[in-house]
Amino acid sequence: MDRPLRLITTSPVDRLARTVEALLVVASQPLSVDELAEAANDDSERIETALGLLGERYTEGRSGIVLEHVAGGWAFRASREAADACGRLFERPVERGLSAAALETLAIVAYLGPVSRPEIARIRGVAADSVVAGLVERGLIAESGREEGVGGAVRYRATPLFERVFGLDSLSALPRLDDLGDSTEEIRERLESVAERRGA
Amino acid sequence: MVVRELELDLDAFEGPFDLLLTLVLKEELDLAEVDVAGIVLAFIERLAERDELDLEACGEFLVLVAALLELKARGLFPDEEAELSELEPEEAAEELARRLAEYRRAKEAAAWLAERLEAESDRFFRLGPAPLAPRVERRLAPQQPEALAGALRVLAQEPPAVSLAHLELRFPPVAQFLDRFRAVLRRRRVFDLDAEVEGMSRIEQAVAFLALLELRRGGEVALEQAAPFAPIRVKRAAEERREEWTARSA
Repeated sequence: MDRPLRLITTSPVDRLARTVEALLVVASQPLSVDELAEAANDDSERIETALGLLGERYTEGRSGIVLEHVAGGWAFRASREAADACGRLFERPVERGLSAAALETLAIVAYLGPVSRPEIARIRGVAADSVVAGLVERGLIAESGREEGVGGAVRYRATPLFERVFGLDSLSALPRLDDLGDSTEEIRERLESVAERRGA
Repeated sequence: MVVRELELDLDAFEGPFDLLLTLVLKEELDLAEVDVAGIVLAFIERLAERDELDLEACGEFLVLVAALLELKARGLFPDEEAELSELEPEEAAEELARRLAEYRRAKEAAAWLAERLEAESDRFFRLGPAPLAPRVERRLAPQQPEALAGALRVLAQEPPAVSLAHLELRFPPVAQFLDRFRAVLRRRRVFDLDAEVEGMSRIEQAVAFLALLELRRGGEVALEQAAPFAPIRVKRAAEERREEWTARSA
């Protein structure tokens, strides 16, 4: 062993954690482990270890900055307890004043995307042009190729920003549509309560 | 105003609108017995209670009621369906039910998103365009000054003169043909140009023609051509005048 003894207490993983921390502070969008590894010039496994160290430090209740896995990458956000203060200084413009029609269209794109405007219009029963344009402008959906065939309609998909605003790890974190809404039991319960009211 | 929460009090059904839809889609309630006009009335009454027109709710209601009505119509008149659509009545009803269910699922998903948005409204994070990636530096291979000097030397050399030989045209002097034609005309009164220039190059023929025009301008010859591209006949000018005179005296 010709390697000299380390007298400094910081281990290389600590230093790597500081590098990762710095990268996340500079980044304006979530960074994947691969991106972090490339920028830090280190291997993915050690990056994961460094992220583990940071995750312990940057948690709710312990820090005003919270490390989270969102939109397929790692990012810092403000802690929830600081939300009121943040709200006095900043607003969340992406989701401000999203209409019911916009949410519906967003849901269709998030679940069925890539999906074209004609398809959205078919499901919703009304034209989707202006709603789609509004969502694109907010950055919640983006163009994603065209339908097959000559002159195919532009298709749209949900963006990483959508995942981030809704706090989703990825689109697969959306609940299954079957899990939504009324279960058969619930319908029966409601029927019974209606019957009770009628009888009363 | 939320359309799905519209309270209905019909003969066949009492409860919120979306429960009615669910029961119809699950075929637990026969649509034929549902008074759709009653639903419309209930909606209009609810709408009238409010001061402003809720376009969002109206749109949603129209979509749902239109689908319901079509579904009901197809259920009531199964036989006439064949003329109205290429789909079989059952297929058409199924398609409608499927569409209605699809729309309902989209509504539910939207409701989930709205709830999620509310729950996540305390999420604040930095938002902005990504910083630019650093420009990739293109490294050059190690360079040798001699190679550069060599390259410059090649560039500094005077380029060889470009040959224009292929562009050059040699025109024989017009005078040469003037003399030649005058000599011919001294021997003969009339000759054909074509015969005289036969075997000459294209350029020589052109110059010969120019010489001919020159002679004509000077009044030394008269020219005749029976038709376009026909042989050009050249006559001594004096001969021509004599013929004219002969013709007039005859």
